[in-house]
Parts: sequence; C-alpha cells; structure tokens
Amino acid sequence: MSAETASSFNKDDGQNLKFQLIDKTLKKIQFQQDALIEVLHTAQETFGHLNEEVLDYVSLQLKLPPSWVYGVATFYNFFTLDPQGEHICVVCMGTACYVKGAGDIVAKLQKELAVKAGTTTEDGKLTLMTARCLGNCSLAPMLTLDGEVLSRETPESTFAAINAKTNLIKAKQEESA
Amino acid sequence: MNPTSLTELAEEELQRQSQLKLRVFLCYSTPCLAAGADRVKTALDELINEEQLDTDLEVVATGCMGPCSRGPLLRIRTINGAEQTFEKVTPATAKEILLHSIENKTVETAALPEDLPFFARQTRIVLSNNGEIDPEKLEHCIARGAYSALAHVLHEMSPEEVCTQLKQSGLRGRGGGGYPAGVKWNLVRKSPADRKYIVANGDEGDPGAYMDRTIMESDPHRVLEGMAIAGFAVGAEQGYIYVRGEYPLAAARLVKAIKAAERRGLLGSRVLGSNFNFRIDLRIGAGAFVCGEETALMTSIMGRRGQPVPRPPYPAQSGLWGSPTLINNVETFANVAPIMEKGAEWFAEFGTDKSKGTKVFALCGEVVNSGLIEVPMGISLRDIIFEIGGGLPDGGTFKAAQTGGPSGGCIPADYLDTPVDYESLKELGSIMGSGGLIVMNDTSCMPDVAKFFMEFCMDESCGKCVPCRVGTVEMFELLKRITDGSAMLTDLENLEELCELVQETSLCGLGMTAPNPVLNTLKYYRDEYLAHINDNHCPAGVCHLDQIPLMRLPEHAAELAIFKEEH
Repeated sequence: MSAETASSFNKDDGQNLKFQLIDKTLKKIQFQQDALIEVLHTAQETFGHLNEEVLDYVSLQLKLPPSWVYGVATFYNFFTLDPQGEHICVVCMGTACYVKGAGDIVAKLQKELAVKAGTTTEDGKLTLMTARCLGNCSLAPMLTLDGEVLSRETPESTFAAINAKTNLIKAKQEESA
Repeated sequence: MNPTSLTELAEEELQRQSQLKLRVFLCYSTPCLAAGADRVKTALDELINEEQLDTDLEVVATGCMGPCSRGPLLRIRTINGAEQTFEKVTPATAKEILLHSIENKTVETAALPEDLPFFARQTRIVLSNNGEIDPEKLEHCIARGAYSALAHVLHEMSPEEVCTQLKQSGLRGRGGGGYPAGVKWNLVRKSPADRKYIVANGDEGDPGAYMDRTIMESDPHRVLEGMAIAGFAVGAEQGYIYVRGEYPLAAARLVKAIKAAERRGLLGSRVLGSNFNFRIDLRIGAGAFVCGEETALMTSIMGRRGQPVPRPPYPAQSGLWGSPTLINNVETFANVAPIMEKGAEWFAEFGTDKSKGTKVFALCGEVVNSGLIEVPMGISLRDIIFEIGGGLPDGGTFKAAQTGGPSGGCIPADYLDTPVDYESLKELGSIMGSGGLIVMNDTSCMPDVAKFFMEFCMDESCGKCVPCRVGTVEMFELLKRITDGSAMLTDLENLEELCELVQETSLCGLGMTAPNPVLNTLKYYRDEYLAHINDNHCPAGVCHLDQIPLMRLPEHAAELAIFKEEH
C-alpha cells in the first residue's frame, strides 16, 4: 500500500492536505465526541479508506480510546480499512433485484474477474461490492459503476460495461504515455 | 417571515405560475435520472434558449411521479389547465412534445392515457406534491401550502390540542410497528425534562422499499414541517433526521431545504414570528440495517456503534443523551401537516376502522407498472397488484407478494383479497413494514427466498445478543442445506424450533422478526420445503440440489446404521 501511495502523489504534501480536511470537519463539529461518524465519513471520502494512521489521528483529536474509534469504523459497512480499487462496482442485492437475477450477475463477475464480493481485484482495478438495497427497485436488477446507475442489467451486459470502463482507462493511459 | 408574508409569497408564486403558457414537469428522481431525464432536460433547456421561450414556459424538475418503470416521465400543463403525461421520453420526443404543445396541438407519441388505473386508483396525501414541485425551490412548496399548517399550529393551537388532534386522526406509525402517533407524542409531551429531541427515522433499510427516500427527495419541506409541528407539540427545540448513507441525493436535498427554511425564518429561532425555536440537523448513516431500530438509531446519532439497548426505558422517557425523545418514521411526519391543516375527521375518513389514512408502497418485482404508489388503507392486494400494477409481465403466474422486507413474509395467491392494513397482514404472518411490496412469479423458490432474507439478517445482526447472533447463522446453515439437497427431515424440525427460540429471546426487532420469512413460507409453502428434502426436487427450478445428506455419504455408512437403529 505504501509503495502505491508514494508513487501516485507527493506523500507529505498530499497527506497533509488530506489531514487538513479532517481538521476542518473536526473544527466544524467543535471536537464533539458524538460526531465521530461525521469525522469518519470525511476521512473515508478523502483517503478512500481508513488506515491505522487515520484512525489513530481521529482518536487523538477527539480524545476517544482507539478501540472505540476502531469499533465504530468496523461496525458500519460504509467504512473500509482496506484501500479500494480504481473503479467501484456496487451490485444491488435487494429483494427486487434478487428475484430478477442479481445473484447471477454477482456470480458471473466473481468468476470472470476472480474476485470475491467485498474485495478488490489483484491489479487494484476494480472493487466489487454488493449493497443491501439501493432503493431503485423499479430498475431491477440494477448496479452502480463508479456512481453511475446501470439499470435492468444481465450478467453479460454488466461484464461488458465493466470491461469497457477498465479498458477505457488503459487506452487513455497509453495515449498520454 | 410571519404568517401574512407566507400567504403573500404563496399568492405571488401562484400568480407567476398562472401566467405561464405552458408548464413542463420533468421527473428528476433517481430512477428517471438513470433512464436519461438529465439528457431530456439539457435538450429542453437548449430548445428554450434557441427559440427564446423562457418568458412563456418553465421546465420544473420535480420529484418522483410514480410509475418509475415507465421513466423518464414528462407532464405538461397548459394555461387553461389541460394536462397530459408522457412516458419513456427521449430528448427528441421531448422537443417535439414541447413545440407541439406550445402551439396547442395535441401530441400522440408516448402519451399515457388519462384514466390509467395506476393514477386513477391512488389517493395521494403524503405524495400530493410529488411531481408538482421542484423540491429545491422553496417558493414552489409554499405555493402548494407548505408551512401553512405550521403557522396555523404555532399561532392558533396549544401543544395539547396538537396531540389530541393527531390522536383523533388515528394516524399510526408508518415505520412498520403501527403504534398510534398521537399517543406517543402525548407521552413525550408529558415527560418532564428541560431538553427533548425529535428524531425522524429515514434509515430505510428494508430491501425493496424506497418510500422514505422518495418523500425526502421529492418533498423535503413536508418532512421538516411535520418535525417542527412535533417539536412544538412535545416541547423540543432540536430535531435530527437520520438518513441512510445509500441515499446521497435525499441527504443533499434535505441540507438545501433546511438552509432555505432557516433563511426564511421557517426554522431556527422565533419560527414564523412566534416564540418557538426549532433547529434540525442531518445525520447520515454509514450502512447498518439495525440502525432502523429506534434505540440503535439513537446510539448511532450519538456517534457510537449502532447497537440496540433494552427497552424500557422507552425513548419517550429516556432517549438521546438521556432526554425524552420522539422518534417517528419520515412518512409519519409527512402525514402531520395535512392532518393539522384539514383536521382529524378528514383524515379519519380514509382507511379502515383501525388503520386510518393512506400508505405509500414501493411496488416492484414481477409487475408491469412498478413504482411508488399511495393507496388508502384497506385496499385489497389484488387491486394493488392487478389494477394499479397492471398484473404480471409476459403472462407470468402470481405466486406470492412479499411485504415487510426481512421482518415480513410472503402472501400467497389465496389471500389476494385480504385488505391491506396492520391487523390483516399480521394475521397472515406478514407485517405492513415500511411499505415494500415485491411481487414474485412461479420462478421464485420460497426456501431460497427465505434463505435470502436469513442471509440478510445474519449479515446485519449487530452481534450484541446471542439468540440473534448465533441463531441467524444456524438458521441460515439449515436453510442452505435445504436448498442444496443435503437436508433431512430432522433439519426442518430443528429449523422450526430454532425459529421460535430466536423469536422469543432476541433483544430487538431485528432478531425477533428474523424468523418471520421462514415461519411464514413454511406455513404456506411447506410442500416446497418437503419437495426439496424428500424428493430432491426444486419446484421452481432455482436450487441446484447437488449435495446429499452427510448421513448418506459412504464414509458414514457405520453411523447410518446406528442412526437407523435409533429411529
């Protein structure tokens, strides 16, 4: 992880900037311990995941025991302790999507991409997640790819969409190189 | 702002709207956006710019209109009040519709018939503003009467009168439990304390339910107004809305709505020129189903792990930070303003004896018109699914209607004529729940559906109490064995016994209701379970029954002999 972050940006400045964002939220909530979840939301947004360093920082600033902060961070599904992939695909597994075949989509992606739901591919390109219900049941089965909603998907169309996305990035990188 | 200037603003806005030749309403909620509503809006805006039509018409980006499977939806209203709705609009057809309508020509393409049962059979109280207003424009809401009920309550009623009126209306909690709202409000009002809190529960975790999201996205001011009235009635000055992390659009619109209302003096200090102060803050969840349970939700608002605590004490006595707290569902708060404005008797005319008013349902699954509907309580399931929903697509056969999410159950075809209210559904072994209604056809396997919900409860169990933490895992394993062919009849007995145990001994609603889908499907679809176990056959053709019971494996031949002797 450290090698990856160090190469993608100047570590000191970048990290400092991100911690400043956390500081801003801390000031906004006036260092109230009750607003821990808001601080963690900000941290998750800026860092992409919550590593030990970030959790320690938050616990020091809010004067909460590290175990408390760790407990909250691991309780909620939104917070992840591992870095996320470049692209994030969230497949809705709500009841409506499930009866319309969302399970097949997840099975296909897991097989083709050799990744388990909730984890990231080895090359760090894609994180596959499942959601309890994204509340778009009339579009079932639906999923989001980098925040964009794809509706009435089949296993094949999902796989194609993901392929297009990851290849697109590859092509762009070649161009710029 | 005071009541007089509120009325003036409403009249001013209505005046402006009535002078427009054409008003174009474009559904701008999540499903329609996914279907391309944003592209339609860009195209319309370009056209208006090119042809310089902006003095004659306006495009209103509204909240959800209802029939989400037909999106993007567009409705036009001419100066003389004629209305027409269009489905599956593309940028090209939208332009055509606009140009034709402005010249008063009729448009046939993509038009929805006016008497479509989907619209005609609904009664809209909570959703009355959906599809009529731009939720981000306070003026639109005020023109439709927002905050006038609050003004009336603040200046002409006492807190006690508000609670009595709500009690008389017969409104019951819309989150699923169905506790009378007026009784709850009165309890909090009577609790002696310096500080009290109002909490709106927008943590809509049931899979297949999105009523609260739509209400918060399409008409946020209605929820805020309901909360403010509650604050006045019980004597609270601080409110929280807890929104699911999965609903970023709802959160963004609520933030905007709170700011707009505060700027105009509709929230904050000295609301509408009275002595009443009320602030509302937003809390965003972080993905935990159990936080929909009221005590867990409150621990989450206080920044802790969202684990429930035993009741009593109930939140009405000791809730947030030990203070009396009124906690209601978003939909319950959305019902408050109309009740205060039009009276308890008016509201009590809708619905049945014990369940008053209307209920919003998210109708989805195997049904032609899926979407969001609001119907009076007591309507039959048949009317909802076959009239409003238009039946099953591709000639599918109705098998079950699932209500209440992972705490509810499946209602079979024999009970389609049951009136939908709190008591009738409970008798059938399901619950009203928050309002998800999922239609299943004969390709759904009931043990598989039960397994799906059990997996859900297993994942979402917070781990605090043993029956739920361990019981859900064991029940899931048993169901897994039934659906992979390795179960024996004793497993079914164990499953039933375990269901009762978990139901009776769990700490909170999640555990207490987790066995419901199993018990309920066992009640109505026992044959299917038996077919899986005895005949190694899945009637719906969903399960791959490729395992055999451990006892029948060759290496267990010796144990098998002992087993046979014992039985």
